Amino acid sequence: MTSVAEQLGIIERISGPVVQASDMKGTKLYDVARVGEEKLVGEIIRLIDDVATIQVYESTEGLKPGEPVYPTHSPLSVELGPGILRQIFDGIQRPLPVIRQTTGDFITRGIEISGLDHKKLWDFNPTIKVGEKVMGGDILGEIPETPTVDFKLLVPPNIQGTLEFIAPRGDYTVDETAATIKTVNDQKVDLLFYHKWPVRQPRPFSSRLPPTIPLITGQRIFDTFAPIAKGGTGAIPGGFGTGKTVSQHQLAKWSDAKIVVYVGCGERGNEMTDVLREFPRLVDPYTGGPLMDRTVLIANTSNMPVAAREASVYTGITLAEFYRDMGYDVAMMADSTSRWAEALREISGRLEEMPGEESYPAYLSSKIAQYYERAGRVLTIGRNPREASITVVGAVSPPGGDFSEPVTQNTLRIVKVFWGLSKDLAARRHFPAIDYLLSYTLYWSSLEDYYSNTVNTEFPQLRAEALALLQKDKELQDIVALVGPDALPSSEKIILEIARMLKEDFLQQNAFHDVDSFCNMKKQYLMLKTILRYYDKARNLYQKGADVKEIFEHSSTISIARMKYIEQSEIETKITELITEIDGLTPRDFGVEEEY
Amino acid sequence: MTTEKSFETREFKTVTEVSGPLLFVDLHEKGGVSYGEIAEIETVTGERRKGQVLDVSNKLAILQVFEGTSGLETENTSVRFLGKTMEIGVSKDMLGRIFNGRGELIDGGGSIIPEKILDITGSPINPSARQYPKEFIQTGISTIDTLLTLVRGQKLPLFSGSGLPHNMLAAQIARQAKVLKAEEEFAVVFVAMGITADEARFFREDFEATGALERAVLFLNLADDPAIERILTPRLALTTAEHLAFDHGYQVLVILTDITSYAESLREIAAARSEVPSRRGYPGYMYSDFSTIYERAGRIHGKEGSITQIPILTLPNYDITHPVPDLTGYITEGQIYVDVGLNRKGLYPPINPLPSLSRLMKDTIGKGSTRDDHKYVQDQLYALYATGRDLRDLVAVVGDESLTETDKQILKFAELFEDKFINQDYYENRTIFQSLDLGWELLSIFKDPYKVLKRIPAETIDKFHPEKRDQKVDFNSVDV
Repeated sequence: MTSVAEQLGIIERISGPVVQASDMKGTKLYDVARVGEEKLVGEIIRLIDDVATIQVYESTEGLKPGEPVYPTHSPLSVELGPGILRQIFDGIQRPLPVIRQTTGDFITRGIEISGLDHKKLWDFNPTIKVGEKVMGGDILGEIPETPTVDFKLLVPPNIQGTLEFIAPRGDYTVDETAATIKTVNDQKVDLLFYHKWPVRQPRPFSSRLPPTIPLITGQRIFDTFAPIAKGGTGAIPGGFGTGKTVSQHQLAKWSDAKIVVYVGCGERGNEMTDVLREFPRLVDPYTGGPLMDRTVLIANTSNMPVAAREASVYTGITLAEFYRDMGYDVAMMADSTSRWAEALREISGRLEEMPGEESYPAYLSSKIAQYYERAGRVLTIGRNPREASITVVGAVSPPGGDFSEPVTQNTLRIVKVFWGLSKDLAARRHFPAIDYLLSYTLYWSSLEDYYSNTVNTEFPQLRAEALALLQKDKELQDIVALVGPDALPSSEKIILEIARMLKEDFLQQNAFHDVDSFCNMKKQYLMLKTILRYYDKARNLYQKGADVKEIFEHSSTISIARMKYIEQSEIETKITELITEIDGLTPRDFGVEEEY
Repeated sequence: MTTEKSFETREFKTVTEVSGPLLFVDLHEKGGVSYGEIAEIETVTGERRKGQVLDVSNKLAILQVFEGTSGLETENTSVRFLGKTMEIGVSKDMLGRIFNGRGELIDGGGSIIPEKILDITGSPINPSARQYPKEFIQTGISTIDTLLTLVRGQKLPLFSGSGLPHNMLAAQIARQAKVLKAEEEFAVVFVAMGITADEARFFREDFEATGALERAVLFLNLADDPAIERILTPRLALTTAEHLAFDHGYQVLVILTDITSYAESLREIAAARSEVPSRRGYPGYMYSDFSTIYERAGRIHGKEGSITQIPILTLPNYDITHPVPDLTGYITEGQIYVDVGLNRKGLYPPINPLPSLSRLMKDTIGKGSTRDDHKYVQDQLYALYATGRDLRDLVAVVGDESLTETDKQILKFAELFEDKFINQDYYENRTIFQSLDLGWELLSIFKDPYKVLKRIPAETIDKFHPEKRDQKVDFNSVDV
């Protein structure tokens, strides 16, 4: 954005975040323009003759018709290089801590700050030799970006040729020359330690791979009942107070992705502060380092300009694609995509476009689809292609908690995993308040083998059994609501009790408990196995004359309830003990004389 | 106290259209009018009103007129653009004073010399500058302190409805709110939007009687004041609050009532501009607009003061899915639900803890802040009250014969919880320790505490249960 162009535009009209400017011939759609004397950042979203309509990423108050517009002739881009991790950016990749140093505690206008720190020195270690043929996506060298993540310096996608120069091991700023490539038509291209990429243009990959590996989240409801695949897409819709943000935070904290991109899109300021406060303290269960070392945050809170909110999800996914291209599994959370859709609606309204459903623009569904399509498990470009993925999970905030509204519906048409939050469960403090019957995953059939092979061969069957019990419980609960629990036969009372165990002792998971917050697959499997073992035992004991009430008041049910608080390291021994105890129960323990 | 100083003024007598709250001015291709600029409108009789530019090109400016457009005409109205956006002069001396919804003094006292002139739109707090709120505010109301803890820097609305005592509740909170630690400078900024003169008088008299008025700033836009002015009122008040909090180190409590009236003014302007409406005719940007009010609550690293907000909403037909409470709930950090049913039972304050929530309490309560049993007691009280209400519904259908002994005790607990815990006097100020002990007294009706009180660890029961404690708390000593 350096070229202050020869020809300046002139502001004609201002209406909220939308500005019209004339004399803009020669500019292209989605070019960035700097608007007014203060040079506010804006993006051209419509061109008619020489009149450009610009959405402005900052407050337009005080702008006058007649002020100049400076075209930059380049689209809205992010800087891709080392120093993205651990950072917190606004919606257009301006680092918020740097903004604070520059302008104080409140965000003012016309701030021009680059996404990367151009003064910081990085320790570069080349992994390639002069004379080799390189193409876009090839790794030139590595930089330890954080203690747990190695940054891979890539040849930008559109460049190909022979390596003429590579910087030797040493400390460099991102502005120094990392490599020189002689292209096929004998041009020399100097590569820096960063390159720019337009956010609205997906970065290329060579091919898509099937979604056969689950993204383990450490959350029992997700991993066991509705798992998402690496490279998959999921949505968490829910009314306020049902725990969308806590669920998103849990995913960001405990997912077994190498990189996490968290976009706070039009949400609360204090929530971002919470992440900033918590993540540096929390330990990544996979690497042992602070979670912040693998995280990048994008915060465009609700009171920050609405157009930048619209851009924030694209900024986020572009950063995610960049780390994917290095060969990493990336998880991206967007909280909330409804606020992004509302930003689209607001801008569409200012453009006086013909409205679609609930006055959202008619192109809402295609925008949502394009966005989620940037997720996927892929083979990257380059001569040594790497398997990598971007998993995208979007929170949706339906008005009134009504899932029939357009954003929820359009999202559900695209995503393959639906984690529906229930107000009813939240009111009963069943957290996470994911409706276990309503929620679904379309990845199960492609992930089943993975679970059989890596968790346990009986896991898929246990899962199916547990789901069937929960379904049966739902039907029985309807009857209980009408006639009371006493009317049910004892065999069905056992189902109610086991379903209660599944709900309270397995599905409920305390996000704020040190141990329970994260539950690995082994623990999930053993917990599930124990509960279902107790189901078999309970039926057996009942047939031999034990009283159902007493069966479920036995001390081993208390041990089952405490399983979730067992440390992962002790789980194997403790559960084995518990299962032995359950297996050893006889009718005699419930005051029944066995007949021999 | 909006400032009158202007830099460059341009006057036009070319009003082309007056419609609803809007005024259209032909600018003769001269331009020079900026977006958001304030204009002074002079009628043929010499009366002056204020307007703000909503849309501007070289040819045309559209203004919203804060005092309403009645009596304006196209022929003889003159519009003077003041070359500035809406500003307010702020000063510590505003404490104890009363302003109208446009920020003009209406208490008959002398004028105030401003320390600073500030743009009322404000700027967003940089998320990396925010300090996470985690200081407990004691309101003296058991239900709030124990179950829905108010935290300094939080925005916690009252979801209420017509005929409910939300004003009394807000006044009681304003009167009793304090932080447990040191004596700190505390101030109240009260923002009335479209409430009746009676309601405004209630607050004013309550503040006067308790001495709170000296540390309060009142901004009053009443039901018969111009509706469009309501767009300004909360912004004037919050700009004042920011000055008091972040320049003078006050702990500011901002009470905004009634957000529903504010939303209606937004809708009126949107309709007049023929904007495409979203749900129930409210504009699609209402969420963003609300956030520019609510998100001005908070704390900042390195600053003494804080802004805590208690917005009051009257839910049309007590409907929580109405756009106003719905969009509010997505921005605020929880909600306090004022309940019709409990009010009908004659309980005050009729706060129903079940649909209520305080999102920030998890990091606020417990050892070092309140008491180490707080987390468990609130969880247990909530769970038992919820079960009690479910049982009540069940008993209404199938009778109480099939209930177990524990179920019957839980039913009794729910009754006691409402009568002794939720219910308290308008002038009763309970400390958090009194409230927690009261909770324990109620929990002690269960004969087998270890079995029923599943949400409290055994060691906490041993430490705090009245029957296990060395020093017993006399139930009757707690004034209920």
